[in-house]
Amino acid sequence: MWKDIPILPESASTIAPHVDLIWWFLVALTVFFVVLIGGVVVGLASYYRNRNDGRKAVQIEGSTSLELLWSGIPLVIVLALFAWGTIVYVATLKAPADCIDMTVVGKQWMWKVQHPTGVREINDLHIPVGQAIRLTMTSEDVIHSYFIPAFRVKQDVVPGRYTQMWFEPTKVGTYHIFCAEYCGTGHSAMGGMVTVMERVDYERWLSGATGEAPEVAGKNLFESMRCASCHPIDPATKDIGGAPPRGPLLAGIYGHEIDLKGGGKQVVNDEYIRESILKPQAKVVLNYEPVMPSYDGQLGEEQILQLAAYIKSLKGTP
Amino acid sequence: MSSTTHTPPGQSREAHASAASEERSTYLTDGYGWKSWLLTVDHKRIAVLYLISISFFFLIGGSFAVLMRLELATPKGDVVDAETYNRLFTMHGIVMIFFFLVPSIPAVLGNFLVPIMIGARDLAFPKINLISWYIYVVGGLITLWIAISGGVDTGWTFYTPYSSTYSNSQVAMTAIGVFITGFSSILTGLNFIVTIHKMRAPGLTWFRLPLFIWAQYATALIMVLATPVLATTIFLLGLERIFRIGIFDPTIGGDPVLFQHLFWFYSHPAVYIMILPGMGVMSELIAAFTKKRVFGYSFVAFSSLAIAILGFMVWGHHMFTTGQSPYASMVFSVLTMLVAVPSAVKVFNWTATLYKGSIEMTTPMLYAVAFIGLFTIGGLTGVFLGIMAVDRHVHDTYFVVAHFHYVMVGSMVMAFLGGLHFWWPKMFGRMYPEALGRFAAIIVFVGFNLTFMPQFIVGFQGMPRRYHVYPEEFGVFNLLSSAGASILGVGYLMPMLYLPWSLKWGKKAGPNPWGAKGLEWTIESPPITHNFHGPVVVDEEAYAYGEIPHAPKFVERPEEESKVVR
Repeated sequence: MWKDIPILPESASTIAPHVDLIWWFLVALTVFFVVLIGGVVVGLASYYRNRNDGRKAVQIEGSTSLELLWSGIPLVIVLALFAWGTIVYVATLKAPADCIDMTVVGKQWMWKVQHPTGVREINDLHIPVGQAIRLTMTSEDVIHSYFIPAFRVKQDVVPGRYTQMWFEPTKVGTYHIFCAEYCGTGHSAMGGMVTVMERVDYERWLSGATGEAPEVAGKNLFESMRCASCHPIDPATKDIGGAPPRGPLLAGIYGHEIDLKGGGKQVVNDEYIRESILKPQAKVVLNYEPVMPSYDGQLGEEQILQLAAYIKSLKGTP
Repeated sequence: MSSTTHTPPGQSREAHASAASEERSTYLTDGYGWKSWLLTVDHKRIAVLYLISISFFFLIGGSFAVLMRLELATPKGDVVDAETYNRLFTMHGIVMIFFFLVPSIPAVLGNFLVPIMIGARDLAFPKINLISWYIYVVGGLITLWIAISGGVDTGWTFYTPYSSTYSNSQVAMTAIGVFITGFSSILTGLNFIVTIHKMRAPGLTWFRLPLFIWAQYATALIMVLATPVLATTIFLLGLERIFRIGIFDPTIGGDPVLFQHLFWFYSHPAVYIMILPGMGVMSELIAAFTKKRVFGYSFVAFSSLAIAILGFMVWGHHMFTTGQSPYASMVFSVLTMLVAVPSAVKVFNWTATLYKGSIEMTTPMLYAVAFIGLFTIGGLTGVFLGIMAVDRHVHDTYFVVAHFHYVMVGSMVMAFLGGLHFWWPKMFGRMYPEALGRFAAIIVFVGFNLTFMPQFIVGFQGMPRRYHVYPEEFGVFNLLSSAGASILGVGYLMPMLYLPWSLKWGKKAGPNPWGAKGLEWTIESPPITHNFHGPVVVDEEAYAYGEIPHAPKFVERPEEESKVVR
């Protein structure tokens, strides 16, 4: 029976060993101080027990040097721990350049994932081993949190904004995905399994499933929503229907900085594209009029992510 | 602390004679009708009213916990359904935090002892003190009504937009209940600050105050400064929930993370509202049962203030995974680390106080020793959570649940029980049964560790908190935890039975059963309505159990003498 009970969670990502090292150091530190303080307390309490032998307590004012010692030692320890934890955290903030981008949309009580090829899954996640994966996540309703204990990562999934997290699995296997932020009745059932596969198995799995790539779905949406009646996607386009384009050119802008009307600059990223679709008046591009209508309520979170993927795929010089 | 009680001439003989007789008048015998209790402005009677009310809410909150641990004994949802489970943990949190922990030591022991320890007849504003109890009762009744009429399922943290838009439970009414109860803390805090500043007996300088008073003072500062932020936050939540004004819900233009900033700006300092008074009790217990002055008095005193101040600057450590700027997280992380220093200073000073003491392992001292151990674990596991790389894994798991129960229950409830046993003879004039008391303390200690230690392990394995059902592999540790909870429950029930029993059948206590120093031990047990028979003058340090060898004798300044005449 006991061998089936795991004391430690699986360690299956590149980040996990770094986190675990700090973890075990902290456990050792805690055990050390608990044994030290507990031992001293029990020792003193029994040695100086009142045995009714007329011995009186000896009054001691205190000791500044002792105070400095036992403020200084904890201070040095916690600052060192802060530095160590921060170095590990910061080093694992930025995803490597060769990562695969996937999108996750949380809603009560399921996770909707889309792979770069367009394959979708609900709750579960299939990924190749040894490959960095970056998730761009948002929620359709309340705050959720995407948590894979075996990878030691967790990121809240917040409605109205994108959050990102990345990890690189190092071990083939299946591990839990949990929702870690309380989100209502089905909170404890909101999750699934992440299956880490060899790359060939992943390719086979992908080819067994069908789906439109997000940028293709985005292109279809772009056309059906008639975005091109204002936004040129070809730098050569000088007029639309006999007038200069009413919206800025979208080709090649992703990842670049644009000037805003009324001063200021803005990097075109998923977040800005989302804002421009839902609240077009918020940050208008320089030399354009705030004439775009809001698409709030007409486009879902997944569709907005697909439009962003399409805009990202448009090449050209802005 | 020794004191001189200056009795007006002529009354002296009578006063002492009556004190010795059986029928002497005490605050308990000063009126018997229900009006004499419900309209009292005596801080001691109000403390008793609070004691009865918080014990009642402790039972209610405890019974929610019993049902939760029963459900979690097995991985499947077989005792209650998910809706009910979510209401249970929410109501457990709300009742235990707002109606038990926050008022526990300040409103019961603080109310009873602050005026007595500083040599005053009452708090500065006795009527406001009574009002604060009534406000608490109104908030409590609303919460009870909510529990009976279906409950609330947002978690005690009320995170938006779940609470403001999606929850189908009594959020608005709960918000009103918590909003109202907050004013009870604010008024208590205000009363303590003014009382401690203005009503200390002549000669009782700041550095002669018992450390319990320092802790109450630091707590009162937090209550007054932080609780209004909670009121504002809850008010904004109510506006959005009832009138659909977009503040937190992004679909109507709000920002859900803003709520978390506002909420934790109160609720992190509130954690210190819930632990600082316990630290104050600890200093008193350690001094009394070692018969020693507390080692490094001024360091212990200032560490309370340091914790109170730092407590206001660390709220963002609850939000490392929300997507807040990593730079902000770094600042919150380093400030969180700093809290470890004043906390460690306290633990080391209490431990050092034991050295060369004359130690008696009474029930209160057993609780005090348990506090040192459990607080060390609770505090050090807080360091885990303050480190961003580790927090990203254990945030919102059972590790967090175990951590804050080690601080809130393992430390604060231990301190409350220790303090209650210590001052019980002062409050009611009777001793509790000592052997039973020690036995219960040991049961509580064993039950507590068995309940919450497995939760650290299951949390590191990744079991999220607030889960109604969970994967099989977490089963064993949850079963252990539930088994521990049943032992802990028995441990808590014991004092709830023998303490009331002792009111009638306990041994008579006398003014100072522990041979302790402090103004409260110079007066009768239970005290008379006005506490002292006449003006009090203090001419000694706190915990003056004896001379300090090889130290220059304390020289009294002439100004101290002139105060006596005033």
